[in-house]
Amino acid sequence: MTFVLLAEQILNGVQFGIMLFLMAAGLTLIFGVMGLINLAHGSLYMIGAFAAAAVAGMTGSFIMALLAALIASAAAGALVELLVIRRLYNKDHLDQVLATFALILIFSEGTRWVFGSFPLFLDIPASLSGPMTLPGGIQYPLYRLVLIGAGLSVALGLGLMITKTRIGIQIRAGKNDREMIAALGINISGLYTLIFSLGAALAGLAGALVGAIQSVQVGMGEPVLILAFVVIVIGGIGSIKGALIGALLVGLTDTLGGIFLPELLKFVTDPSTATSIGSSLSSMAIYILMGAILIWRPTGLFGTKL
Amino acid sequence: MKLGTLALKSALISAVAALSSTAIADTKVGMITTLSGGGAGLGIDVRDGFMLAIKQSERSDIEVVIEDDQRKPDIAVQLADKMVQSEKVDVLTGIIWSNLAMAVVPSVTAQGKIYLSPNAGPSPLAGAGCHPNYFNVAWQNDSLHNAGGAYAQSEGYKNVFIMAPNYPAGTDALNGFKALYKGDVASEVYTKLGQTDYASEIAQIRASGADAVYFFLPGGMGISFLKQYSGSGVNIPVIGPAFSFDQGILQAVGAAALGVRNTSQWNKDIDTPTNQAFVSSFLAEYERLPSLYASQGFDTANLLLSALETASVSDNAGFRSALKAANFISVRGDFKFGSNNHPIHDVYIREVVKEGDVFTNKIIGKVLNDHGDPYAKDCKM
Repeated sequence: MTFVLLAEQILNGVQFGIMLFLMAAGLTLIFGVMGLINLAHGSLYMIGAFAAAAVAGMTGSFIMALLAALIASAAAGALVELLVIRRLYNKDHLDQVLATFALILIFSEGTRWVFGSFPLFLDIPASLSGPMTLPGGIQYPLYRLVLIGAGLSVALGLGLMITKTRIGIQIRAGKNDREMIAALGINISGLYTLIFSLGAALAGLAGALVGAIQSVQVGMGEPVLILAFVVIVIGGIGSIKGALIGALLVGLTDTLGGIFLPELLKFVTDPSTATSIGSSLSSMAIYILMGAILIWRPTGLFGTKL
Repeated sequence: MKLGTLALKSALISAVAALSSTAIADTKVGMITTLSGGGAGLGIDVRDGFMLAIKQSERSDIEVVIEDDQRKPDIAVQLADKMVQSEKVDVLTGIIWSNLAMAVVPSVTAQGKIYLSPNAGPSPLAGAGCHPNYFNVAWQNDSLHNAGGAYAQSEGYKNVFIMAPNYPAGTDALNGFKALYKGDVASEVYTKLGQTDYASEIAQIRASGADAVYFFLPGGMGISFLKQYSGSGVNIPVIGPAFSFDQGILQAVGAAALGVRNTSQWNKDIDTPTNQAFVSSFLAEYERLPSLYASQGFDTANLLLSALETASVSDNAGFRSALKAANFISVRGDFKFGSNNHPIHDVYIREVVKEGDVFTNKIIGKVLNDHGDPYAKDCKM
């Protein structure tokens, strides 16, 4: 285990965490403010990736593709909120799960209907491709560094928006007491639509950014969705800061666990058993982390509401 | 009176016999395949290849019932029950994934139905669990990985980094590779099934000092890996089986796959009249190039058609020996069944190239001649 490998793995963990944060931020806002479990958040991630791939194919511009992803997923989010989600706020969580699960199926088959069953092509722009040499001789893909930078600036922007702007105040107030802020004359349904499409746009942005280094295909959002739920449970539901810390914890645990657990087990058993037990354990690592944190703090790291 | 009922009875019996003999002329095929969700591209290719052959045969007495298993074993089992019990099909086919095949095949073959596999070839069905009603037209799962190992050996690689998802077909893949590769293994890594980020594995490859990488990551997993690998600045050559390089996904990988060597029993440039006719008719019918899976669907249907020429499905033993004779011209070239009803065929090494705007494969050599599978010896039938 050299220093270079370790440093590279830590960067990988951070980058993975930052991308999870983009998904989790929207999810935690929607869950925290509206009390809604949105399983279709992964579909919005997929819509962002498909919109980016389609526009990149037509224009060849990555910036245009990112814009398209933001617009398409925000629009899809707003539409879904107005048509479906709005009717679910007063229902219990089981109804919400059922309805948003139906949305997953509709979005998946709809996307397949429009774009076909084969994965789409979306590549990183030539100017961001290739590795970059960091101090200490670490070679790291430039695009992943850009992802870390982009994610951190979104986190900063969201933090400022929540703490410094009028919308942010309304969001925080809505989280604490939704009847009260409605009584104070805030247009609560407009606020909900706004939050929902903001969350959708963040998911779509993550889909487009990640789609460029992964495969753009139907059903790509669901594995990320599960991890994003783990993140918001660890971070505390409704907390943007919690989502950021939780996402970084999950990203680092997942990446470093996959490397160190097999290495550690090699001290006690033979290499092939160590590899197979280690890789099974590492896929459980984040859930063990979640369990441990919930025993210590049942509402998550930054959760307040019980 | 008694005589009268007897006469009536025999008249009835002969009428029923006459009816059922006209029913025999019609063959009913049940196809259970994946047509929705992430793995749909494979099922659609198998279906399209199969239906193209049926259409070209111009036979109107074959009915094909197609159902979508959504890549879920429980749904595949339900569909199989429905096809056997209420649709009363004679032959089943279509399953893409080994775990679904393991759930469906043993039960339908035990009920006396013929199963023709156009894709999955799990090792239990080739070895101790083989069945005279089960025919695999594609390959036994190890086949292309054996070829990968043989190719790495022939290229003189001494220290190969090998990687596959952590599930049965993944362990089979790496064991298949190691069967014919004699050098050292730099590291054997099992990733999560469905994993999309390979940054951590790529860092391990960079640090491993290997002279080649062999990976089995079907579908979207392979797309992600190749795109990330090409952006990482690691220059160790990569080898894989055809599943990560088929026509359906190469366009999504793009230039990142160029030059990569992969093993396959079929390619569109195999220069036989049958194959060239298949490629051009598939292109004309569906306006896309056929993939490996389409070629397997096409072969499956042609095997069925060839057997129907000599025997009827109702004559189980006769039909089975007609299938076993494999009296059809496969698009892959030489083809025959081994003692366990799995193919004996050649396996090639291909290279990813760009033809005009389209990424595709070109054969650069033959790796294995008349290759069967190591499980045939465990098959007692």
